[in-house]
Amino acid sequence: MWLKFEQRPQPSSLMRYLSPLIAVGLMLASGMLLFYLLGKNPVAGFRVFFLNPVRDSYGVAELFLKATPLMLCAVGLSVGFRANVWNIGAEGQLLVGALAAGAVALHFPDSHSPFLLPGMVLAGALGGMLWAAIPAWLRTRFNANEILTSLMLVYVAQLMVSWLVHGPWRDPDGFNFPQTKMFQAKALLPILVEGTRVNAALFIAIGALILGWVFMNRSFMGYQMKVAGQAENAGRYAGFSAKRAIWLGMLVGGGMAGIAGMSEVAGPVGQITEHISPGYGFAAMIVAFVGRLSPIGIFFSSLLLALLYMGGEQAQQYLALPSSISNVFQGMLLFFLLASDVFINYRPRWVGRRK
Amino acid sequence: MTNATTDTPRLAIKGMRKVYPSVIANDGVDLVVMPGEIHAVVGENGAGKSTLMKAIYGVIRPDAGELRWEGRPVTIASPGQARELGIGMVFQHFSLFETLTVAQNVSLALPGKFDLAALSTRIEEVSERYGLPVDPRRLVHALSVGERQRVEIIRCLLQNPRLLILDEPTSVLTPQAVRKLFDTLRQLAAEGVSILYISHKLDEIQELCHTATILRNGKVTGTCSPSQETPKTLARMMIGEDLPVIHHGEPAAGGEVRLRIDGLTQATEDPFGINLKNIHLEVRSGEIVGIAGVSGNGQQELLKAISGEQPLAEKHAVQMCGISVGRMNAARRRGLGMCFVPEERLGRGAVPRLTLTENILLTAYRKGMLISGMIRFGAARRFAQECIQRFDVKCGGAGSEAKSLSGGNLQKFIVGREIMQEPKLLVLAQPTWGVDVGAASFIRRQLLDLRNSGTAVLVISEELDELFEICDRLVVIAKGSLSPTKITSETGVEEIGIWMSGLWPDAEVAGDGTHVA
Repeated sequence: MWLKFEQRPQPSSLMRYLSPLIAVGLMLASGMLLFYLLGKNPVAGFRVFFLNPVRDSYGVAELFLKATPLMLCAVGLSVGFRANVWNIGAEGQLLVGALAAGAVALHFPDSHSPFLLPGMVLAGALGGMLWAAIPAWLRTRFNANEILTSLMLVYVAQLMVSWLVHGPWRDPDGFNFPQTKMFQAKALLPILVEGTRVNAALFIAIGALILGWVFMNRSFMGYQMKVAGQAENAGRYAGFSAKRAIWLGMLVGGGMAGIAGMSEVAGPVGQITEHISPGYGFAAMIVAFVGRLSPIGIFFSSLLLALLYMGGEQAQQYLALPSSISNVFQGMLLFFLLASDVFINYRPRWVGRRK
Repeated sequence: MTNATTDTPRLAIKGMRKVYPSVIANDGVDLVVMPGEIHAVVGENGAGKSTLMKAIYGVIRPDAGELRWEGRPVTIASPGQARELGIGMVFQHFSLFETLTVAQNVSLALPGKFDLAALSTRIEEVSERYGLPVDPRRLVHALSVGERQRVEIIRCLLQNPRLLILDEPTSVLTPQAVRKLFDTLRQLAAEGVSILYISHKLDEIQELCHTATILRNGKVTGTCSPSQETPKTLARMMIGEDLPVIHHGEPAAGGEVRLRIDGLTQATEDPFGINLKNIHLEVRSGEIVGIAGVSGNGQQELLKAISGEQPLAEKHAVQMCGISVGRMNAARRRGLGMCFVPEERLGRGAVPRLTLTENILLTAYRKGMLISGMIRFGAARRFAQECIQRFDVKCGGAGSEAKSLSGGNLQKFIVGREIMQEPKLLVLAQPTWGVDVGAASFIRRQLLDLRNSGTAVLVISEELDELFEICDRLVVIAKGSLSPTKITSETGVEEIGIWMSGLWPDAEVAGDGTHVA
């Protein structure tokens, strides 16, 4: 006897939307099992990990704060993913966007211009787009695989941040810590709710989700991206430009990631350090897929991933578990999502061994 | 005529029933096939032929009904089991792995050890014996539709089946190759192999088949001996009414040149593709020009050069309505009034997972479906609904996914979408391939109407009957070269058939003869 997977003639469209919920359920169940195996009380573990972070309004505000860069990155990536443009370097684009926005902030330490913050948003977007343009150009000009090039550029971006904060951009009064000067008040995003850290970037993110929905579902260019992703030959038959789809997918992803980087340095971080992002650019890929590449789904899945980040911190504090536990949960979530997608498209069947 | 050596049927089906959510595909179908019998199964698209064949081959499970194989009741659970019983099937939609070679594909279907060298020799033997030339080392993705079908036939024959099911096998063969195939099938039948022959070509059925079972709307409407019938009586049994007669009408003389190909020479990038050599062709408004030829002789390359899917380096080699379009992509050429129906429907002519409304947008978006880059879904839906109605597309509605349609219905939809854009130049590849008689005749009538209203029509087809029925002028493509043009009424199937081997007067005798049957 062995297990065989047969393609289902008509995959259930209901299950397609339920599978993220199934994945979340399985992640919770195996997470509790993991707590148990580590010698913790699973129920208490669940409470610390998933309920503690949002038990008060400050916690909820933090949840939205952390979901903001995830939403921004994920909605940008989803545009490319729909067209089979696999930009997995959002983390690097986020960092370059943060550097560009930070450069503007540091260059105008005394400016009171109302254009300073919009200028930083623009610089962040351009920085991210610049970093995404490199793999786009390599792909369209030399047919180099953008998965590899965009990922490799993440490490280049990380080293660039590291060099700048250790070297030219280091705060001379910062006791040799690898960080820049704090940004001046006019270069920080306004706080939405007094006493919390949630800032105006949330509005930018929600605006991006709405724009993303309109683009993918109502614009002809979004339609062309979908065709490019689903049937390349049909796109060529219709005369849609494959290069334009690649450029657009990469640039939108990079631009959004760059704005996410800006929202971190002009938000909770307030300066450029080596720790701008705890892997938001990578987690955003999970957000995009758990959200089924749809802006509405991305809204909820970014909150979920933000909760995993916060739960990891809580687990470190109260359960004496390493904070990398949140990476374990992220991994389980993606694993279960991909697994349930396999079952949606294929039917398992036990078959007798054949001669 | 039947070479029945015994009274036990090879295959007997009683009361076969299969219900799909939206349609009863088979409703109490009975079928008896004797050893050594060539048995035709005839019917329109959606009559239930494919469902019946899939049930026999173990692809689907019937809801009710009894199946006896050589007298024993059996349940066929899988194609593997069907093959073990001795049933082979050549599908209309091919089941080949595109990234593997011909020999590798064949080896996957055969039990036992891999021995590609020995297998290649056997493939060459079979292809030689049955007149189905194909190179076992070629990759399937580089093969044309016709060549892929040959691989499917060879793959079945290598398994020495006792029942061979063939789904529309002749549509891609030259008349001479059809003769050869029929000889083969008769030889197989004489050896005791039963053959189930699905076709819509009534003259072939009359010539080849001993018995015919006619299906309509999932039910058997008659069993007959085709040699006792006329095409007219067969057609009536099949569609329930008489076929309309096509009036060709006189071609309007001297229209303007809508498509001019002027010395097109194009080396292919595909290692197994065909180089186009110095092609000259003109298509004028108000005429239908047909390009005949065995598949794999440069049709795909020529079509891509005309459609713009493969833009050219030389700007003037292709001209549309007087404008040189060689470097333009497909969308810009469409902007000049070109429409195109490709040979692959799913994945090229239509996006499988998108709805029919969304598939309308693929090419018809210029028909008032966009406002400053935004889609007007209402306009697209109305266009889709009109197309479904005018071209009698059987589907669940404009919201159905393209892949849920049968091949013939999707073809009607794509042809409809392109015709409804009122093109100045319409290019079609295999417009009625796998489409039933009623629908094929309807599509041809639409093409003639379009011609009469002044459109220039270019048809590339491997079905000679079709070309002779609708075309004003014919040319033949062989080894990447075009023959001289012939007025249809001044030539015949025999002459064109010989030209399809590349042997027209003053033809360059090219070195590589591998792609010509």
